[in-house]
Amino acid sequence: MEVGRKMANMLGTEHDLNFKETELCLGLPGGIAVVAAGNETESSSSPKTNGKRGFSETIDLKLNLQSKESTMDLNKNLDDNGSKEKSGSAKDPAKPPAKAQVVGWPPVRSYRKNIMANQKNSSEESGNSGAALVKVSMDGAPYLRKVDLKMYKSYQELSDALAKMFSSFTMGNYGPQGMIDFMNESKLMDLLNSSDYVPSYEDKDGDWMLVGDVPWQMFVDSCKRLRIMKGSEAIGLAPRAMEKCKSRA
Amino acid sequence: MSEQMSDDDERQQSPPSDLDFTSNKARTCIVTGSVSGHTEFQSPYPDQVLENVLENVLHFLTSRRDRNTASLVCKSWYRVEALTRSELFIGNCYAVSPARATARFTRVRALHLKGRPRFADFNLMPPDWGAHFNPWVLAFAKACPWLEKVYLKRMSVTDDDLATLAESFLGFKELVLVCCDGFGTSGLSIFVSKCRQLKVLDLIESEVSDDETDWILCFPEGESHLESLIFDCVEYPINFEALERLVARSPSLKKLKLNRYVSIGQLYRLMVQAPQLTHLGTGSFSPSEIAGQGDQEPDYVTAFAACKSLVCLSGFREIIPDYLPAIYPICANLTSLNFSYANITAEQLKPIISNCHKLQVFWVLDSICDEGLQAVAATCKELRELRVFPVDAREDSDGPVSEVGFQAISEGCRKLQSILYFCQRMTNAAVIAMSRNCPDLVVFRLCIMGRHRPDHVTGEPMDDGFGAIVMNCKKLTRLAVSGLLTDKAFDYIGRYGKLVRTLSVAFAGDSDMALKYVLEGCPQLQKLEIRDSPFGDAALCSGLHHYYNMRFLWMSSCRLTYQGCQQIARAMPRLVVEVIRSADEEEMDVCVQTLYMYRSLEGPRNDAPKFVTIL
Repeated sequence: MEVGRKMANMLGTEHDLNFKETELCLGLPGGIAVVAAGNETESSSSPKTNGKRGFSETIDLKLNLQSKESTMDLNKNLDDNGSKEKSGSAKDPAKPPAKAQVVGWPPVRSYRKNIMANQKNSSEESGNSGAALVKVSMDGAPYLRKVDLKMYKSYQELSDALAKMFSSFTMGNYGPQGMIDFMNESKLMDLLNSSDYVPSYEDKDGDWMLVGDVPWQMFVDSCKRLRIMKGSEAIGLAPRAMEKCKSRA
Repeated sequence: MSEQMSDDDERQQSPPSDLDFTSNKARTCIVTGSVSGHTEFQSPYPDQVLENVLENVLHFLTSRRDRNTASLVCKSWYRVEALTRSELFIGNCYAVSPARATARFTRVRALHLKGRPRFADFNLMPPDWGAHFNPWVLAFAKACPWLEKVYLKRMSVTDDDLATLAESFLGFKELVLVCCDGFGTSGLSIFVSKCRQLKVLDLIESEVSDDETDWILCFPEGESHLESLIFDCVEYPINFEALERLVARSPSLKKLKLNRYVSIGQLYRLMVQAPQLTHLGTGSFSPSEIAGQGDQEPDYVTAFAACKSLVCLSGFREIIPDYLPAIYPICANLTSLNFSYANITAEQLKPIISNCHKLQVFWVLDSICDEGLQAVAATCKELRELRVFPVDAREDSDGPVSEVGFQAISEGCRKLQSILYFCQRMTNAAVIAMSRNCPDLVVFRLCIMGRHRPDHVTGEPMDDGFGAIVMNCKKLTRLAVSGLLTDKAFDYIGRYGKLVRTLSVAFAGDSDMALKYVLEGCPQLQKLEIRDSPFGDAALCSGLHHYYNMRFLWMSSCRLTYQGCQQIARAMPRLVVEVIRSADEEEMDVCVQTLYMYRSLEGPRNDAPKFVTIL
């Protein structure tokens, strides 16, 4: 990753051109680091890797983009060392102005450009890159399956598909909306104590949850894998599931 | 595949034989001495004997450079060479007319034509500039009906032209269209239905309009001779069942490149029918939206493993990376891999590339980052050609690749011959390193996407880096420069780039001197394309001694005037000097927007559109 190298450079060179220091450096998703300009006194000069940016870092982003406009601008900024920040804020709009695109530059054929644009659009439309394929395991079954959660619009549809996949699988006592009625504790306990199979899933935080507690789209976004377990085994999930459910209510 | 993978397939550069039709020596060759002294023996004319011998010998001469040289020996050789030339290559379709070509070469079997200048690909010219295939197909239909192969690049081909091809040339075998346009599925339908001997139909990066005809269905029934079917650029769904049947009845099929409307499930079905494939374009490489979710997924791994001859893999147009492991079985055999439409990360690339020890050609997106390139450098010791394309082709986009990946490649892939690299950051040091590590470089194209970007560590112009390339890479024939460049860079090119044939320049140089250095210093220069650089009329004049040796010169958004271009046009009658405006510009400005000039035997063309003025 480039972060460490940039940090080392920034620390090591003081009188060097501010070039790399003003450089916008974005890491892979999940870790965003901004290397601040030379005279920054804000805490934003240290790169943060938790993915969340403070407001001041956002300002830095804009500054860096603008100072990259051309070498002439850059030289001007080098001459008046601290004024880069000021000049940045002076023309600081709500969004950094994208450089006016020159016709035919960079020299990538429109054929290729169109294809990349189409790929980007379809991934933006679907909200995620590609399908939401998750592994499905069922206790006692000899092999795993995979489903694309984006193919379904509701828990009922998913339930039907899973039922087809694992024919001995039964959904148990689902309410009219296809969601386990969490608010009814006794009904829940009956279901979980039965030998019927119950679908559970691992969410983004790594917790195993009962399927059905959150709205469908939220489920699709947070589900990492599915496990169809015996009702009696699922009982351990219920209290935590109830907790999460209550905290969201 | 070679046509697609390497623009520089013209290794043999010909002396301007298309200009030099008159031979220098007009003496006839006379055979002295008789056949063992029998005077009563009626021998054929000595000239005839020699010509027969020549004909047999010249059949073995395949390289067009050698043929051009041979044709200059004397009239006899000229004649025989013309009779025996079976492959005709014309690098600029306007340099010579169809009539002249067919008059000289009467027994041509293969025609290779190039049309528009390359910078037209980047919207630097209005469409409909020219390069029509029509006059060629008509002329050849009359004069050379034994034509079997046509290869076109950047030409306009109509549906009628395709029909003519199919109807006028019995036994037509191969059609390859690269970066062409003007035709649609209805033209294709007629073409495939009538070409019963068709072996090759390759549509590469061409624009095919959708006339809603099912052209796959139009392939004749019965066993087909198809060896290569490439249609990955067709942006419309095709009839898959018909394709499946076609593949099943094409036992010679070796190359198949599918478009993005073919799902991975469908790919599976085709692969099972054709395990003999050597070149495969995988189509979308994702499941279709209507795939039954409950259905068992096919065993993709086994399907790939069964293709033991597969050496060239491409496609991945809408890749779902989860399916990548399916190609593991064939990685070790691959010599060519094109991931340039697959937005994958370094982590997704690594398990694949770490097995690709034989890889020679690799096209990829910069989404793999420097880390991905390091993985390539670690494994692909046989790499000859690397192309790294940008996911986000804008000047101010993030640059996931930099000098780090570039230098890693130079250190790991010592046999590198050709590189095309898009990035946002580069250093002279890395370029110098590559010039030293990769002495076999023939093609060096570096595109620093931000205009006028200097070395991002030192802040210096990129002169020294490119200077090192021309100095150390003694085999270099093609060069594309970028970044902040002063006249010094061009001084280096003129001084050391003695073999350079193609040079691409954009947003570079300080003064006319830069262009002068190049025009005066590079004797092999054939193709020079320049945009947005401060070169004016004086610089243009410094090339007068050389323009007849060049295929073309392109200069757009420079500092040329009409007067300057007029001067050139007057001084050089065999040059066609085209001044191209943007389509909506009516007035003739003093300044020239685009100059495109080329040598030609024919004078000004008669099909120039309104926005072109020929001086």
